[in-house]
Amino acid sequence: MAGYVVRRVVSMTLLLFLLTLTVFFLFNMMPADPARLTCGKACSPAIIEANRHHLELDIPPIEQYQRFVGGIFFGRTFSKDTPRPIECEAPCLGYSFLRNTEVLTLIARAAPVTFWLAIGGFLTWMLIGLSLGIVSALTRGRWVDRTIMGIALVGYSLPSFFIGLVLIFFVILDWNLLPFPQWTTPDKDLGRFLQTMILPWITIATLYAAFYMRLTRNQVLEVFGEDYIRTARAKGLPERVVVLKHALRAGLTPIVTAAGLDLAGLLGGAIITENIYSLPGLGSLSIGAVLASDLPVITGITLVTASLIIFANLVVDLLYAVVDPRVRVG
Amino acid sequence: MIGVEEVEGRAQHSPERPFLSVENLAVQFKTEDGIVQAVDGVSFSLERGKTLAIVGESGSGKSVTAQAVMGLVKAMGGIVSGEIWLDGQELNGLSPAEVQALRGAEMAMIFQDPMSSLHPFYRIGDQIVEAIMAHRKVGKGAARKEALEMLKHVGIPAAERRIDAFPHQLSGGMRQRVMIAMALINSPQLLIADEPTTALDVTVQAQILELIRRLQGEFGTTVIMITHDLGVVADVADDVAVMYAARIVEQAPTSETYYHAQMPYTLGLLASIPRMDRGQQDRLDPIPGNPPSPIHLPPGCVFQPRCKYWEQVPESAGHCKTDRPELLASGAGHSVRCLLPTDARRQISQEVLQSLRGEG
Repeated sequence: MAGYVVRRVVSMTLLLFLLTLTVFFLFNMMPADPARLTCGKACSPAIIEANRHHLELDIPPIEQYQRFVGGIFFGRTFSKDTPRPIECEAPCLGYSFLRNTEVLTLIARAAPVTFWLAIGGFLTWMLIGLSLGIVSALTRGRWVDRTIMGIALVGYSLPSFFIGLVLIFFVILDWNLLPFPQWTTPDKDLGRFLQTMILPWITIATLYAAFYMRLTRNQVLEVFGEDYIRTARAKGLPERVVVLKHALRAGLTPIVTAAGLDLAGLLGGAIITENIYSLPGLGSLSIGAVLASDLPVITGITLVTASLIIFANLVVDLLYAVVDPRVRVG
Repeated sequence: MIGVEEVEGRAQHSPERPFLSVENLAVQFKTEDGIVQAVDGVSFSLERGKTLAIVGESGSGKSVTAQAVMGLVKAMGGIVSGEIWLDGQELNGLSPAEVQALRGAEMAMIFQDPMSSLHPFYRIGDQIVEAIMAHRKVGKGAARKEALEMLKHVGIPAAERRIDAFPHQLSGGMRQRVMIAMALINSPQLLIADEPTTALDVTVQAQILELIRRLQGEFGTTVIMITHDLGVVADVADDVAVMYAARIVEQAPTSETYYHAQMPYTLGLLASIPRMDRGQQDRLDPIPGNPPSPIHLPPGCVFQPRCKYWEQVPESAGHCKTDRPELLASGAGHSVRCLLPTDARRQISQEVLQSLRGEG
């Protein structure tokens, strides 16, 4: 098992290295010229070239990449030969000259918003998805099952911007049940935080819960056909134990996989939901950066998000071992 | 008033009733293609400590019969009618919770495929402990001790170590031993073994059968052995019930079945056993055709389409294609479902069985 973990960590490191390479060159090959974007249409070529030097874009790409990676490990200094050099300490993901802020600072500011959005949404949909999925499996073919699966189909079909707008329109504007969302951290104002987050959570959970209901239902039904479930019943175990301890445990593996990757993906930012509810999370940050062609920010967010997914993959694989002893002791 | 008395009489313990008595058991499954009659009018009884073998092809309803006795069919969506009397108690009328309390305690079951019958994620010791604690109020430590004793008892070497093994770390024979240990851990009075040796190597098969027989002797357990292998039956069973297309077609003591089987289907089964004492040039004699679809059973004798002898039935006895034969007594403890007259059946039986022994 220890050897397995070491192997996984090594391959993960290698993957992260390849990731920085891909992300860096992908975005630097984009047709947008950051130097030209630094000043308006009336810019003289001389100023553009000066800015190009200033942004360190006049050196070969390989060297740019070396400095980028070097910055992550040792920090780097931007605008060295100007009167106001910018010190960016390790881990330095770059500097947004458009916003005059370090990329890491921007990400660190936006990450808690996305974190709370993702965690709350995740818990909501897992709770709803798993429980209704089980109920649905247990009442297969009857009206309860059909109703739940009908709801799941509707939830699965509705795009999140539609759900978000409908919720805002009715709950906030029409019925005045909640104040307009305004981001604050839970430690500062818990009430306000909950009032702001409840609709985004529901919006995100609707889509995912529908998927997990169907997944859980299918898993439980599939496992119900297994011989060891019949054995569990033959032992005289209560149906509750048969379902929760024997069937659900055995059907958990694909659910764990999907949950881990979905959560990781969501931690990289929920662009639509964050925008609808004006939440200053990673999704809003990245859409803003894309619209402004703010390359360092796009590169930084992509790197962080992709690392999260790689890390989540590792966690999911390690969770397999926790769930299934056949992986652990072979 | 008479009706009421009858009902009350049924609910009480009757001393004459055998230990296990199944009366007119029928199981139906509703499927998209129609109603599947998996078991139709099955009756048998079994004295305490004896062994009944239920023999039949795949799909003949033998496993469903066993699972109906265990009360497992309703969980699979089957509809069960008839009466199942176990030790003076009628089971089919009990609530699911009441049957659940008996399952694993009064009656236990082991299954065909030990590879898939144990939960792959739990240690075998824990699975046995779970079976103990489902029925008895004992501490976890005491239960584990008991599980260890039972594992030793069913012949698991190094049981102290194996008790913490996962099923995938054990061989098929070991897993079936674990299944037997788990089934017998609460000293059930009735053990149903559903093809317990089918998935195992031949050498292991004999060990497992021997183990079941030994434990049956020790615990005084009553056993229903389900098999498609008449070779297994000869060793272990006191009585044999042959099932075909959801019905029992012949029932007799074991030696009677081997030496005086009367139903053409049973004779066909006996003829299809490979034997060392047959000449090598002799071909095996399979029964032609396939069992009927359980959705469209023939209205008359279910075996008629595959029967070699149905044209020998005289007009006065009825017609095999339209008249359904009843399971009727034909000698001591022997009953047969066939329209052929008894004399004709005995004649055919003698001819077939003699030719099998190489005397014809």
